[in-house]
Amino acid sequence: MEAKFDLNDDSVVVIVGSGAGGGTLGTQLALKGIRTVILEAGGRHNMEDFQNDEWASFAQISWLDPRTTSGSWRVSRDFPGLPAWIVKAVGGSTVHWAGAALRFQPHEFKTRTAYGEVAGANLLDWPITLEELEPWYAQAEDRMGVTRTNGIPGLPGNNNFKVLKAGADKMGYKECHTGNMAINSEPRDGRGGCQQIGFCFQGCKSGAKWSTLIAEIPKGEETGKLEVRANAQVLKIEHDAKGKVTGVLYADKDGAIQRQKARIVAVAGNSIESPRLLLNSASSMFPDGLANSSGQVGRNYMRHMTGSVYGVFEKPVRMYRGTTMAGIIRDEAKNKPDRGFVGGYEIETLSLGLPFMAAFLDPGAWGREFTSALDGYDHMAGMWLVGEDMPQESNRITLHADKKDKYGMPVPNVHFDDHPNDVAMRQHAYRQGMALYESVGATRTFPTPPYPSTHNLGTNRMSEKARDGVVNKWGQTHDVANLFVSDGSQFTTGGAENPTLTIVALALRQADYIAGQMAKNAI
Amino acid sequence: MRSPTSTTAKPAPNPTMHRRAFLAASATAAAATAILVSGGAILCPREAWGYETKALAPDTMRSLIRVSRDIYPHDRLADRFYAIAMKAQDEKASADAALKELYESGMAKLDRLAKAKHDAPYAEVGWEADRVRLLHEIEADPFFQTVRGGLVTGIYNNQEVWPLFGYEGESAAKGGYIDRGFNDIEWL
Repeated sequence: MEAKFDLNDDSVVVIVGSGAGGGTLGTQLALKGIRTVILEAGGRHNMEDFQNDEWASFAQISWLDPRTTSGSWRVSRDFPGLPAWIVKAVGGSTVHWAGAALRFQPHEFKTRTAYGEVAGANLLDWPITLEELEPWYAQAEDRMGVTRTNGIPGLPGNNNFKVLKAGADKMGYKECHTGNMAINSEPRDGRGGCQQIGFCFQGCKSGAKWSTLIAEIPKGEETGKLEVRANAQVLKIEHDAKGKVTGVLYADKDGAIQRQKARIVAVAGNSIESPRLLLNSASSMFPDGLANSSGQVGRNYMRHMTGSVYGVFEKPVRMYRGTTMAGIIRDEAKNKPDRGFVGGYEIETLSLGLPFMAAFLDPGAWGREFTSALDGYDHMAGMWLVGEDMPQESNRITLHADKKDKYGMPVPNVHFDDHPNDVAMRQHAYRQGMALYESVGATRTFPTPPYPSTHNLGTNRMSEKARDGVVNKWGQTHDVANLFVSDGSQFTTGGAENPTLTIVALALRQADYIAGQMAKNAI
Repeated sequence: MRSPTSTTAKPAPNPTMHRRAFLAASATAAAATAILVSGGAILCPREAWGYETKALAPDTMRSLIRVSRDIYPHDRLADRFYAIAMKAQDEKASADAALKELYESGMAKLDRLAKAKHDAPYAEVGWEADRVRLLHEIEADPFFQTVRGGLVTGIYNNQEVWPLFGYEGESAAKGGYIDRGFNDIEWL
């Protein structure tokens, strides 16, 4: 049964955010018997409340608080107030994620070593290796029910996958299948198998897709050790004269300001809100923001190299039917610098419904070139191209000089410029994607620009040395022993893979570390 | 509206428009132009609908429907779908004087450009290509961007148009596609 902790209880662990990082960490701590409060800015929806309607769902679950953008990325021109397409609700962006659950490749934990010096890139090796993380990757895959691990069969291929697979064969790609998906291909862990509904991004209505909302948090709550407070927007982390954090100030569902005391605070608000919170927590002792002695808080913002290719065929495809992202080609994910860029990218199936296709195919476009493309909607196949982008110090989250949110806190500005390596990778990916669809008869293809960011990474990077980053190999801030970062903002570099599995593995590993440190009274 | 943030607050406009009875005589006039102005309303005899405008002059409304089709031309879509999209804008303008002025002055400017070049108001310039050239002259204007932005949801988020594009919409209530063709492609 769900716990209820007192605001003045300073023995609890307070976690800010309930997504892949925070929701997993909170549940795992509770399962270990540690009393934990998750403060979630968004509301709590049941899976029955999710809507198979793109715009209605967007209004229901998206993070739509004011944000600003700058930089040369096209998102800033097309969607100046919407740098990221992420969720504000219990479960965070695991409500909206597509389910692709991939491990990093070994070299992606040591990119500075593997890629060497790349001009303009702030590459750094992670302070951990793949081997070190493997036990927690294995735990995460079992817990999330990832297909093609633990004897779980792959999902069946839908129409969109079949087109991708036929093209992959023509192109000579060797590693193409229906993915490693945290979506049940058969009933498991009290959740049913995938019904091929096709609205994975809008919140899974069958429960087949893993999310912290339905697959983690309820288990944590059952222990009686976890309380999830929805509609609780954390504004500031407080500390004492010794520089240890003591709790957080948050606005509750009625807008009243509350103070929740804490033994430990873990920040997991996604790579825009997490650094924003640390920066907004500046004090006379920490004038540049909490945990920011390195000056790296908010920097090295990564969003993955992304793009999409849609192809139109003579006959119908109906790509929107079935699991959105159950299809992958991994051949381009390796680091093969002879392609003209370092790092690699994944090719994954993707579809949008007609309303979002109109908004995202070529934002701002009009006239017959555009509408004749939409006329071919049901004859379209689609793929998403997602690869490693270069961390750059100047790509960063900062506090807006004068724009404030409804609680009077400065809103975040998201600045991003593509690195030449990102541009070269995207061009390569577009070429391959278009050639793939043309190889199976596409009469027309569209190299579609990046959507608002779904993979937001790196703004509180993990580093061996305190001067290079914000957190150590456990996600513990270098500056404040009882302050942790538990989301994708820890990523030192981004890898080519969809980040959720790595976020979950890091959270499980961090839970073990926190429990150990608490047992030793080290924090 | 250029951002989904600002286009999502409103639901899809009600697709059922006010219908009127028409005299047989109006069909003759329809041969010349599909949409007529009559008093405070616009009428489309061919499709048997009419709409009494809330904020915009009926002439402006009629021209904006032409503009809408020229921005997002789909030959398989009836005028009523463009009218529904602009109806939502007219309703918005009825509560927003600045928006109303934006549409009225924007359309007036477009008509001036059309008359200077083609000796006819915009809606009566015969060829789409000529009208599109006029639109390109104003495409950076807030007027054009507001009309275009509203159409992205006004047209494509209207569930009535989805079947015309082969989009099936909601599927969970029907049990998803697991038994309804998620993998039925046969031409590969």
